[in-house]
Amino acid sequence: MRSNVASRSASASHEDDMILRYTLGERLNHWFGALTYAYLLITGLAFWSPYFFWLAALVGGGSTARFWHPWFGLAFSASLFWMFKDWRQDMRVDNSDRAWGRVISNYIRNEDDKLPPTTRFNYGQKLFFWGMCYSVILLLLSGVALWYTEALPWSLRYVRYTAILIHASVAFITIGLFLIHVYMSAILEKGSLASMIHGKVTAAWAWTFHRIWYDDLRGASRSKQ
Amino acid sequence: MSQAVTEIVRISGHAGPAPGAGLNREFHVCKLVDTTTCIGCKACEVACLEWNGYPFTETTFDNTYQTMPETAWNYWNLIKFNEHEREDGSTMLLMRKDQCMHCEDPGCLAACPADGAIVQYANGIVDFQEAHCIGCGYCITGCPFNIPKFSPAAHKVFKCTLCSDRVTQGLEPACIKACPTGCLHFGTKPEMKELAETRAKQLREHSGFADAGVYDPPGVGGTHVIYVLHDAKNPELYGGLPKDPHVPISVRLWKGPLKWIGNLALLGGLVGMAFHYMRYGPKKEQEIPADDGRRP
Repeated sequence: MRSNVASRSASASHEDDMILRYTLGERLNHWFGALTYAYLLITGLAFWSPYFFWLAALVGGGSTARFWHPWFGLAFSASLFWMFKDWRQDMRVDNSDRAWGRVISNYIRNEDDKLPPTTRFNYGQKLFFWGMCYSVILLLLSGVALWYTEALPWSLRYVRYTAILIHASVAFITIGLFLIHVYMSAILEKGSLASMIHGKVTAAWAWTFHRIWYDDLRGASRSKQ
Repeated sequence: MSQAVTEIVRISGHAGPAPGAGLNREFHVCKLVDTTTCIGCKACEVACLEWNGYPFTETTFDNTYQTMPETAWNYWNLIKFNEHEREDGSTMLLMRKDQCMHCEDPGCLAACPADGAIVQYANGIVDFQEAHCIGCGYCITGCPFNIPKFSPAAHKVFKCTLCSDRVTQGLEPACIKACPTGCLHFGTKPEMKELAETRAKQLREHSGFADAGVYDPPGVGGTHVIYVLHDAKNPELYGGLPKDPHVPISVRLWKGPLKWIGNLALLGGLVGMAFHYMRYGPKKEQEIPADDGRRP
């Protein structure tokens, strides 16, 4: 699996060496998704409230934003589908994740040593991932109804009524997930943002935050020697 | 109406109310459509196209007296036709001039996200300002009457203006001017309401239409287009006129509670994260103990 791919670069190396956490493909796709989401966020908020309508001016005005928003939505969905393909194995939720979830307050208080060890991704990351996956399905379905809203006949107007509620509510769920994700990776957890740029983390980082993953890599590298 | 600019509502530095303010009751305009005297000639349809400068385009003809299935972005005025069989076996050819109802509480305006794309004038006319329209189609969702129509060419939404350009110049709307039977009337809301009620009473008392009445739906705060119907209990018969139109509840939820819940959650989330960082600080990696990371 991918974690084994990552381990090869870490094999036969000293502990202080860097470990490959994200492949180039994963990183490129992540930033493609991030940029398209940022566009969707800016234009979506503009359509959401008059207090945010000025945001549309940043990306060429309301009409332009309305034209491109659905296309960026498709691009973001494609990016997320690619993440699903890459990560769904590593994102599987099991009982150890649920045990981690029960003591999540330790994680919030930065007492990471009082948490069960985690695999490549912790329960929070898994919830973020699956939250985004399910949200995108709902956003895509409701989004198509809003994209060609005029094509829906009057007899199907309830589809429109449902779609606006779903699209806005689910979009807000993703905004919440997105904010937590950006805060944790870019601000809170030192080393996370860098790992999504050049792909590597220190062994200490891996040991601290994803110990099972770290052990697996070390074990794999040892068995190879 | 057009003279509104000469009527003073408030005066600066003035003790007491402005003289004459609120005395003029003839402010809201209204179009009255008497379906009982409409002959379905479509002069109003032609006048609407003529005045607004739209050419006649291809349509779907369904072998009735109706020009097309529903109004279009460049066809704002349509006589809806229904061949209605009554309980006694007789037939009625119901004709209803369909166009924007100019609601007092417009759902299109409530749903619209674009600054200045939909305005409601003091005289009651609800007007689209296409220069500001972004073509999102939310107004289509907000309207309980299926009126706003999207133009694929312009990427904007259009509808009847109640000839706001004519009305500001003291003229009646083009459709009113063209009507040969006098089934269309234009004036102030109280006058039109009175005329409509008189006609409905006449229908009830002298023409055998016991259920005749006036259609001025309170669910949207009343409308600036009102109908006289032979059967006010079944407005659906008249080309699907809704019995009790409301701005869709989902639009109300979306633009009301959901908006504030969402905005507060957004703000709360940002504040919460700032608080978290200040209280708990960054997560830092720890040193790997010497006995860890190695397996026998």
